Amino acid sequence: MFAAGFMMNAWITATIVAVVGGVVGYFVVLRGSAFPAHAIPKGAFAGAAGAALLGINTIIGLGVFALLGALGIGSLGRRGRHDVATALALVMMLALGAAFLSRTTEYEPELYSLLFGEVLGVSTSEILPTALVGLGCIAGIAVLYRPLLLASITPEVAEAKGIRGHRIEMIFLVILALATAMTVPVVGALLIFSLMIGPPAAARSVTSRPLLAMILSVVIALVTVWVAIAASYLYNWPVGFFVGVLGAASYGCGRGWAAWQRRGRARSAAVPALAAGSGRR
Amino acid sequence: MHELYTAIFEPGFFGSSQVQVAATVGGLVAIVSAVTGVFTVMRGQSFGGHALGDVSAAGGSGALLLGLSPVAGFVGLGIIGAGVMDMIGVRRLRGRDLATGVVLGAAIGMSALFLYLTSTTSATTGAVQQILFGSIFATPAGTVPLAIILGAAALVVLVVVGRPLLLTTVSPDIAAARGVPVRLVGLAYMLALAVSVGLSSLAIGAILSTALLIGPAATALRVTRRVTTALVFACVFGVAATLIGILLAYDSYYWGTSHEGLPVSFFIVAVVFLGYLVSGLPVIRAAAGYRAGADPAQAARAAEREELAA
Repeated sequence: MFAAGFMMNAWITATIVAVVGGVVGYFVVLRGSAFPAHAIPKGAFAGAAGAALLGINTIIGLGVFALLGALGIGSLGRRGRHDVATALALVMMLALGAAFLSRTTEYEPELYSLLFGEVLGVSTSEILPTALVGLGCIAGIAVLYRPLLLASITPEVAEAKGIRGHRIEMIFLVILALATAMTVPVVGALLIFSLMIGPPAAARSVTSRPLLAMILSVVIALVTVWVAIAASYLYNWPVGFFVGVLGAASYGCGRGWAAWQRRGRARSAAVPALAAGSGRR
Repeated sequence: MHELYTAIFEPGFFGSSQVQVAATVGGLVAIVSAVTGVFTVMRGQSFGGHALGDVSAAGGSGALLLGLSPVAGFVGLGIIGAGVMDMIGVRRLRGRDLATGVVLGAAIGMSALFLYLTSTTSATTGAVQQILFGSIFATPAGTVPLAIILGAAALVVLVVVGRPLLLTTVSPDIAAARGVPVRLVGLAYMLALAVSVGLSSLAIGAILSTALLIGPAATALRVTRRVTTALVFACVFGVAATLIGILLAYDSYYWGTSHEGLPVSFFIVAVVFLGYLVSGLPVIRAAAGYRAGADPAQAARAAEREELAA
């Protein structure tokens, strides 16, 4: 499982992807940006189809479409509502993808791997660019950390402090676009989304302290991809299936944990009240 | 004159049975989607509407694998997905995004597995593309009656819960105070959405399903404040976009010399997208009596006030 070179590549890239997904995903969940997090990678995959048609590197196509998608969502959603803009930007990108695909016929296997990931097929030369882009995303989040956190939790306070909400939104969407463009060839357009929702959501229901939640989210994301790769290697089922199911399961566990904690707190609060009640009698 | 006519309607357009089926199914789906879409846009549930399309596509790929009827797969898993979303918190605004995302993530994982198993156990080529994009021209004529029945069922549910649904959309508190069963109405809406979206992603594919659900409704709510007017406008625009898209796709076969044509979904989405962009132009919005920055929820509130006052 560890000896083969391609497996080593898989472990390394998956680890990078999980760290980036866990960090960026924390803000996705905090800001309620799940729809853009789904739409940008899914729409970006149409860019890969276009690049294949033109015979250029798929990464370029992915990057261009991811950025276009992010900027489109940000500017269309400026007035009015975000979700409508996201839906329309997504369908427009997908429609272009469908038009590109109608021009080539030998794309089907690649289509599956772009959508659902081909983590076991990562080549050594892809690791360095992935790591660099990942580092860029995390650096971006680190630089923006305070204003981003403030603008996500209390937008009004952030505005009052002179933080421009829309500018923050745009920068965040660009980071999201970079993070997803880099991960699409590895875990697939659809599954980076699971990685950005399940683990951070689970972490958020366990703790409300931002830094701790972010670390926890990275840890859960790491466990998710590692288990997914191992399971995929052993059972020969797609990695994407395990990532998707484990992501949802971790959220379920987080919710269960939170409910259990609440009940515990309610009980310990109820005990003195009960004691006081019986004392009166 | 005749030349212009044949330039617009390439020979054989009206005679083609494929075009007739596509226009019938597409038109019906456009109407059901437009009506569902107006509520969806007003409730801010576009993500849910899109996610249910992907969830039902997962059901479709599962049905393909198990050899079940695709309708059962699409609509069945869509309804289950809607139920789970409602259960884990689609009602509260903050939890909604997350609940939708979690269900979507799990469904995508299942799609990955089903499609993988299908592609290894049988030689079905094109399954991925079919599930993801669908094609209106590939609709078998046999699905038309079923599409009509399911679409009508979704419309009936929406008509029945329409007024209380509007009230809960605008103000859940007032609705609850008036004795509207907010929870039940919300669930009924989610189920109607699931049926409508499952039906449309089966009949016309996942891209068009979202495009026809959100596009016409969002456009309509940008040009009018009144809900009934918005419903009518959305239906008309949805059907028109579908028919124009089909016509352009048919004609595109004759463009150039390669005779390849472009997919119909591309043209329909392009028309819908253009319509949405045009409706946002300041000129149009001013003509419709809007101030800049007005949003559908405000429109809904204004409409509700008017109706309460009347």
